[in-house]
Amino acid sequence: MASTVGNQQFAADQAATIAGDGQWPLWEVFTQSAQGAPHEHAGSLHAVDAEQALQNARDVYARRGGVISLWVVPSGAITASRAADSGPLFDPGADKAYRHPQFYKVPRGVRGV
Amino acid sequence: MTQTRTAPADDPAKVAAFEARIAAGESIEPNDWMPERYRRQLVRMMSQHAHSEIVGMLPEGNWITRAPSLRRKISLLAKVQDEAGHGLYIYCGTETLGVDRSELIQQLLDGTAKYSSIFNYPTLSWADIGVIGWFVDGAAIVNQTILAKASYGPYARAMIRVCKEENFHKRQGYEIVATLANGTPAQKAMVQDAVNRWWWPSLMMFGPSDTDSPNTAELIRWKVKRKTNDELRQRFVNLTVPQAVAVSLTLPDPELKYDAETDNWQFGAIDWTEFNQVIRGNGPCNRERLDARRKAHDDGAWVREAASAYAEKQRAKQAPEAA
Repeated sequence: MASTVGNQQFAADQAATIAGDGQWPLWEVFTQSAQGAPHEHAGSLHAVDAEQALQNARDVYARRGGVISLWVVPSGAITASRAADSGPLFDPGADKAYRHPQFYKVPRGVRGV
Repeated sequence: MTQTRTAPADDPAKVAAFEARIAAGESIEPNDWMPERYRRQLVRMMSQHAHSEIVGMLPEGNWITRAPSLRRKISLLAKVQDEAGHGLYIYCGTETLGVDRSELIQQLLDGTAKYSSIFNYPTLSWADIGVIGWFVDGAAIVNQTILAKASYGPYARAMIRVCKEENFHKRQGYEIVATLANGTPAQKAMVQDAVNRWWWPSLMMFGPSDTDSPNTAELIRWKVKRKTNDELRQRFVNLTVPQAVAVSLTLPDPELKYDAETDNWQFGAIDWTEFNQVIRGNGPCNRERLDARRKAHDDGAWVREAASAYAEKQRAKQAPEAA
């Protein structure tokens, strides 16, 4: 059932490294809802390996249909930005109105610009 | 790039199942089985597209330091920055097909890869920046809006992102054009000259005529392309003619006329000899573009080395006992 999106060995290593507390390792689950749509984060779950993570993800996140594809990623493989840094990290994108089409004036009545 | 090698024969049953999926409107994702020929065609198209985004920064970069106002300068900087991002999205898309980005970049630097012929023309005046946004980005949007429905998921999704971002490119270009067209007689003459130089090369961006496009039928059947080169070119002309009229500029084609029956603007014959010359490396700026690209790549080597050295140092710091 599983086919690798990335590197299976990497996934296995990651899973093994986060299993120190007696719990099965944690996996992040991404679901695709329609043909051509991007995979989006749905949640997470514990599973002993990638194959079981996929099966559990099917039961937890796809049991009412609406999902055509699943990815599971060892949580430890994800590096996330920190909420405390979000100001300086994202501010540069907030004050650049010239990156949006509405910033530019187009003569009245001109279509398709 | 890989066209010269014949693709290994695919299992006919698998090909039939693949084509049934395409016919049913399904998307093909990286893990799905696909004919080798489909994969190669995508690598060819997508890598040429990515190279075009990267080389496309050069003609416009030429005017960043000479933009006539801060407003124009920040817009142009943001646009050129976008093109770099678009190149990266598409290179990443090709990597889902099992190719190595560094291999593709090497082909560009070697001069063996193709990219859009339009970027081998020079940007002689500030008005060129306006006309490029209007024509070249306008043509790219016509193309990419359709590619956003391509059968290969990663390519289609990259195109959706690109199209969203590119909306401002065309508008900033048209704003420059409209401003110059309403300016002094010298400004108006400058923008008309730019229109005259860029019109025909922009029409060539859509590629050879359907009668002379060996890849079209297959790409349409596999829904990589949803419209032919000539259909897209016609759509671009129909969109652009009224926009030229609105700012009192003339398109350099005496045969341009509206055909009420088809609701199309008919246009004159394209000079395919020129197109083939530019594709083969004999355009006005082919050599200059590749030289600039190679220089940028070489001059950036120390940045790549420094980043790797820093990462290595961080790793060593975190695991001193491992050494």
